[in-house]
Amino acid sequence: MPISVETPTGAAETMVLNMGPQHPSTHGVLRVVLELNGEIVVSAKPHIGYLHTGIEKSCESKTYSQAITLTDRLDYLAPLSNNLCYCLAVERILNIEVPKRAQYIRVLLTELTRIASHLVWVGTHAIDLGAMTVFLYGFREREEIMRILEMVSGQRMMTSYFRIGGLALEPPPGWLERVARFLDSFPAHVAEYEDLLTQNRIWLARTKGIGYLSPEDAIALGVSGPTLRGSGVDYDVRKYFPYSSYEEFDFDVPVQKDGDCYARYLCRVAEIKESAKIVRQAIAKIPAEGPIRTVAPGIIPPSREEMKTSIEGLIYHFKIYTEGFSPPRGEVYQAIESPRGELGFFVASDGSANPYRVKVRAPSFVNLQALPELVVGRLIADVVACIGTTDIVLGEVDR
Amino acid sequence: MEKDSFIRKLREWDAAAVVEVLDFRGETTIVVARENLQRVAEFLVNDPGTRFAFLSDITAVDKFPIEPRFELNYHLLSLERRARLRLKVRLAGDDPVAPSMVPVWPAANWHEREAFDLMGIRFEGHPDLRRILMPDDWEGYPLRKDYPVEGYR
Repeated sequence: MPISVETPTGAAETMVLNMGPQHPSTHGVLRVVLELNGEIVVSAKPHIGYLHTGIEKSCESKTYSQAITLTDRLDYLAPLSNNLCYCLAVERILNIEVPKRAQYIRVLLTELTRIASHLVWVGTHAIDLGAMTVFLYGFREREEIMRILEMVSGQRMMTSYFRIGGLALEPPPGWLERVARFLDSFPAHVAEYEDLLTQNRIWLARTKGIGYLSPEDAIALGVSGPTLRGSGVDYDVRKYFPYSSYEEFDFDVPVQKDGDCYARYLCRVAEIKESAKIVRQAIAKIPAEGPIRTVAPGIIPPSREEMKTSIEGLIYHFKIYTEGFSPPRGEVYQAIESPRGELGFFVASDGSANPYRVKVRAPSFVNLQALPELVVGRLIADVVACIGTTDIVLGEVDR
Repeated sequence: MEKDSFIRKLREWDAAAVVEVLDFRGETTIVVARENLQRVAEFLVNDPGTRFAFLSDITAVDKFPIEPRFELNYHLLSLERRARLRLKVRLAGDDPVAPSMVPVWPAANWHEREAFDLMGIRFEGHPDLRRILMPDDWEGYPLRKDYPVEGYR
């Protein structure tokens, strides 16, 4: 079979420019074939798959618990969101309820990852457009979140901290105080980023009116997350289909009407503040004591003490860690709001110990589909702004 | 219940459109025949009582060696009704062809390319049906159950 050659639209005097896959502002290995008329983009074709690792196929040969570690590697800027979505999907098939304490801790940690992810976004997006300082500031605060995650789970990035039925470990003493300390200093730092960008004339010139996406097009193309909310649609899974006790938290969903890069920037900065609000409420809500795992013999591993002292505990421990557990037949689609939009896991069970099919509805994958819509008819320099503003993570696009 | 009203509306419109209704853990699945898919999709998007204008995802599942071998799951979302619905189409293993939903939901474009790339399902009327994740000259469809996880093909 011959390798396909891109065919330009055939207009006179156009030039084809290959951007990526090794290009610093494509945030990974994205390749965009641009057809240019002078400096104006006539057509844009994203080419993906350079980071395809077959995670969905690998999941089919793992047990349900083992597959959690693969989900970390999808959206590597927000691994806990992926953990959460996968665990919720499997928990729905199993029909088990997670203790409230674990649910609140899950909310707290996923919101912290949302802040961390948006900080990386604002930093890299700004550096693409020539503002260096925000990147350094953003990574300073992100580092503190990484340390909190390390304190809780032992890992900075590939945490795998959420397990089916609850959490992997009891969080260490003093971790909530550390989160609270972080929150005390954090609003001042957000003000720093806003000082640098929000009224900056260069920033306004590079983002205002650039990459317009109408609400109708955004819905038709399946765009979600801040990219959709920047176009004036208030769809947020946390509000529309609450999961993990989000209905008990008081927060707003920032929406902007303009539909350009600047509107999406404002949305994400406002979201950082809302997430901080949720984290603060979660600190107050999390009980000091209580179970972090649900009790479901044969599905959820027994506690260390139970394993050491009771014969049933020992048998369940052995069985769960050697052959896994077998949920009933059925299929569910679980969606959560990841930092990038609607992250969905479709998990099908055939009654065996391995998932029959795992499909990831990656928000970056769908949002990237809207890229030609954003860039066609604009200057080539704006392509960088438009790629940055859709906030893609190639690990998730290619899976 | 809200979900029953969608099914009732669909049945009122065309009693033969709904082949089967499945319910699992609060999720409703409507099984439709391949030849009715496009009509049903257009109805669900345009009817004021449903308005499933947002296509979240298309998932292809391989049931090998059970026939009909392939299943296509369309995960729909209605922002106005705050509801989700799954459409399911079953395809025979020797004829894995489905109508393209790009005219109804432009979002279907990449989802269908992915199902074609990894499962080998062809979509009639798709504007640009090429492989999307695998290289263009790749042989075989990796997510099929008769495709090995490791080793040589």
